[in-house]
Amino acid sequence: MIAAIGLFIGVVAGLLVQPTVPLWLQPYLPIAVVAALDAVFGGLRAWSEGVFDDKVFVVSFVANVLIAAFVVFLGDQLGVGGQLSTGVVVVFGIRIFANAAAIRRHIFHA
Amino acid sequence: MREQDSVDESGDEPVTASMRPPDGGSDDPAEATWLARPRRSFREPRLSRGQVLAGILCGLLAFAAVVQIRARDAGSQLAGARESDLVVILDGVTGQAQRLEDERRDLQGARERLEFGADREQAALEQATERATTLGILAGTLAAKGPGVQLTIQDPAGKVDADTLLNALQELRDAGAEAIQLNALRLVASTDLLDVASGRILVDGTRIQPPYTFLVIGDPDTIATALNIPGGVLDVLAERDATGEVSKRPEVRVDAVRAPDPMPNSRASRSERGR
Repeated sequence: MIAAIGLFIGVVAGLLVQPTVPLWLQPYLPIAVVAALDAVFGGLRAWSEGVFDDKVFVVSFVANVLIAAFVVFLGDQLGVGGQLSTGVVVVFGIRIFANAAAIRRHIFHA
Repeated sequence: MREQDSVDESGDEPVTASMRPPDGGSDDPAEATWLARPRRSFREPRLSRGQVLAGILCGLLAFAAVVQIRARDAGSQLAGARESDLVVILDGVTGQAQRLEDERRDLQGARERLEFGADREQAALEQATERATTLGILAGTLAAKGPGVQLTIQDPAGKVDADTLLNALQELRDAGAEAIQLNALRLVASTDLLDVASGRILVDGTRIQPPYTFLVIGDPDTIATALNIPGGVLDVLAERDATGEVSKRPEVRVDAVRAPDPMPNSRASRSERGR
């Protein structure tokens, strides 16, 4: 409930404020968004299974975002930033699909 | 915790299936279970610190996603690209610009000479002659010389047929050959190759004998590479117990010419001046 309200407020704020992304953040923002999406899907799944825990969600959210950004940052320093960010996106994409599949099974039993 | 669950999930399935009502009629109880939780959570929200924090994080995520999407919409594709990608793109664009600039200068020079030059007639004549030469080489009516390769095919087993030679010819054309001569015959666009019963090959109606020698004008490296690729002309020849030998030459002379085909019916529809 509060999460849904938070999502809504976030979208509205993003539309209203229209900030420009600072240059140093540009390579990391999409990765961070994908990482956070993974955490949210994981949370949704845990919630649908009745084992949702705020603490786990908050920690996994923050850790996902930070580690993903750090990995990409490291990749940029090593000169393989493009490839590493692709890798990060692929991994999170797979996880999002796995979580979405679990949620789907819970809802539709199929 | 979540990873473990995803591994367990497939093993989980039979259990969930067995939990369904055996009559298989209504799914209502199942729907109630997954709808119940959202209903409850909307009816009586728990305002614990963790819940609020989760809500704030979700808000942050939505905010970041919207900002990112808008940033991509607003800026061009290049805005989000990496430095190394940008360098490659810039390189490509610079090269292209250079080529276009060169072409523009050439064309402009030609135009100026045609339009304003004192030697207007002369320039037009030069251009027309140049075109006639190019066309003559292409049509095989003029002898030509230039860098190229010589491809000699020895065929002791007699297994090289017109198909094989046609393949070789096609490969040479694909590799940018400008003028091609096979033994004493000039090969042009309309050239035909034919197997005849005696095991020999007719080229434009003339019988040719092995060894077959292609004289080719064109970029020697490109042509030699094209002939040498795996599964290419030389490999096919080897399959037929024949040997092909490619030698690059700084100057190849394609001396054989063919008479222009008479065209009794066609006439140029636009008068070509300066010719």
